[in-house]
Amino acid sequence: MISHVRTIWLTFLHLFTKKVTIEYPEEKVKLHPRWRGRIVLTKDPDGGERCVGCYLCAAACPVDCIALQATEDENGRRYPEFFRINFSRCIFCGFCEEACPTYAIQLIPDFEMGEYNRQNLVFEKEDLLINSEGKYPGYNFYKVAGINAGVKGKGEGEQEEAPVDIHSLLP
Amino acid sequence: MTVMQHIWIVLGVLFVLLNIAAGLIWVERRMLALWQDRLGPNRAGPFGILIVLADTLKLFFKEDWIPPFADKWIFITAPAIVVGTVLLSFVIIPFAPNIVVADLNIGLLFFLAMSSLAVYSIVLGGWASNNKYALLGGMRGASQMIAYEVFMGLSLMGVVMLTGSFKLSDIVAAQKDMWFCIKQPVGLVVFFIAGIAETHRLPFDIPESESELVAGYHSEYSGMKFGMFFIGEYLGITLISAMTTTIFFGGWLGPFLPPWLWFFIKTFAFIMFFILLRASLPRPRYDQLMEYGWKLLLPLVLLNLLITGAIALWIRG
Amino acid sequence: MPVLFYISSAIAIIATIMVITRYEPIHALLYLVVSFMAVSMIFLSVGAPFVAVLEVILYAGAIIVLFIFVVMMLNLGSVTAVQEKQWLKPKVWVGPSVLTLLLLVELIILLFRGSNTDMSMPPVEVKRVSLTLYREYIIAVELAGFLLMAGVVGAAHIGKHTKKHLHRFLQEEKPTIADLPDNRSEIPIEKDKKELAEPVV
Repeated sequence: MISHVRTIWLTFLHLFTKKVTIEYPEEKVKLHPRWRGRIVLTKDPDGGERCVGCYLCAAACPVDCIALQATEDENGRRYPEFFRINFSRCIFCGFCEEACPTYAIQLIPDFEMGEYNRQNLVFEKEDLLINSEGKYPGYNFYKVAGINAGVKGKGEGEQEEAPVDIHSLLP
Repeated sequence: MTVMQHIWIVLGVLFVLLNIAAGLIWVERRMLALWQDRLGPNRAGPFGILIVLADTLKLFFKEDWIPPFADKWIFITAPAIVVGTVLLSFVIIPFAPNIVVADLNIGLLFFLAMSSLAVYSIVLGGWASNNKYALLGGMRGASQMIAYEVFMGLSLMGVVMLTGSFKLSDIVAAQKDMWFCIKQPVGLVVFFIAGIAETHRLPFDIPESESELVAGYHSEYSGMKFGMFFIGEYLGITLISAMTTTIFFGGWLGPFLPPWLWFFIKTFAFIMFFILLRASLPRPRYDQLMEYGWKLLLPLVLLNLLITGAIALWIRG
Repeated sequence: MPVLFYISSAIAIIATIMVITRYEPIHALLYLVVSFMAVSMIFLSVGAPFVAVLEVILYAGAIIVLFIFVVMMLNLGSVTAVQEKQWLKPKVWVGPSVLTLLLLVELIILLFRGSNTDMSMPPVEVKRVSLTLYREYIIAVELAGFLLMAGVVGAAHIGKHTKKHLHRFLQEEKPTIADLPDNRSEIPIEKDKKELAEPVV
């Protein structure tokens, strides 16, 4: 009996405690930097696309919402001809981000992507590509990769030795 | 009092009551939220009060469906019974010295009669739905309400003994010096507990316990028929609060403020207490409820009756 | 007042006829409630408000609810209707009906011959009812009390049952083998133990 009265009193006191409600549209929710939200394609510091069209994200995607077609420019640099994410299917699992070898595809803390028309949720490359380096600033895949794709010559990268001259007789 | 005045009083009471019942939708949701560290509905209109309008509109525009397996006429009648009986009970309550629809000589008995008729809405609603959860809810409701009616009636008899009248205005007048909540504390507690069980509010909402019986006796109801059960429940809360005020807390008696305002303030305090109970206490099991009633409340209230009678006789000599 | 009286008695009679003729038991009981309320109105119109309210509280509010409760649990279907039809033979209902008709004729004769006393009486106060009950009819009240007490004791006796534990973990002690219906279970347990023990030895 006393415990009941005590319960009622303690509940009554909650009238004066701070409320936990976040009044959303006026007051935004604080999201953590690694929050898995909208998917974007980032660019490297030089402004080139990071995506090399390796299809690993499309392969990793459990709901098959990523579609792309790789192609090459005149320098031999690979890039996606089109890159399409169907956000009405996406489950924001972040597997694509983990699969990406060049940090191109990233999930950012943003969830406000409601649409009235379902077709508007199919994002093309223009919609996905942002003018930013995302979570990995300063990283440029073609600077550390071995191949020459118009960014740097062979053997000129960081921590990269010059190519071996196979015609030389010296060891 | 002329006939015209009488009609005005009836219409006024009806208007105020129905508005309070609708307004309680908002009050309850807001207060529950505050007691649970939330904010509650605060978007529509100032402080979200227009949620009442939105809720009512929603109920009106919902499909008013009668299941093909239900007993049609009883299904339709059941929600009307609860609102009808509760509104009829308000007839006898003196809101202020002159504002009363009918100050019957047998006022208290009339209130008990109407609250005993309110059982039918649950029983019939549960039976007519032809649904096992509804039936279970109806049966629980019937036994709970019949059982607690006994304690409700007996708990009021102490007050009747002290006053010597069933007339509510007499009961209020008898509290001029001291409220009955001091003379009859056991009666007050038992009456209030029985009132909660009678309106099947939490924590005694066993007939409609969501976690076990879907929605109990109104599982099959939708639209405005469900709305009637809803309004009936809020009217029941208001009725029990108003009765507690009238019988145990001096009704419209009070200094400085006008009588109707005193009545309103006291009643509202009890409505708040109803909501606070909902926010704080868990639901007992069905057999616990029955055991509590018959093994604790009944002896308590009989003892109260005995002692009150003895003291009243002793004082009168 | 006579108008109210005649209206409510007409309702009472019609409702009672409906009670007899309804097919569904619940509908019949509902008409019974209406009949009781009409009777209570009659009491009210002849100046007995206390009895009128008690009629509603006790009969309409408690007893019929219990009836409905029982009918709800019984789940009467078409089988019982057929059974009832078999039971209701002319042999059964002719005798009571003739007697009742005689009573009705008597009532009608009395109604037309009786003196035209005014029906409107002063309302009987609750105090007067209780004083009459506890002074002149105290023995009847006490006897009714005895009867009800007997009913309560009987109900308690029927409803009494040995306490069952709600969950097996809440049982205080395990039933011993002697408590089991037969002692056969003792032997297999012993046998199992031997079989388990054998490979080790």
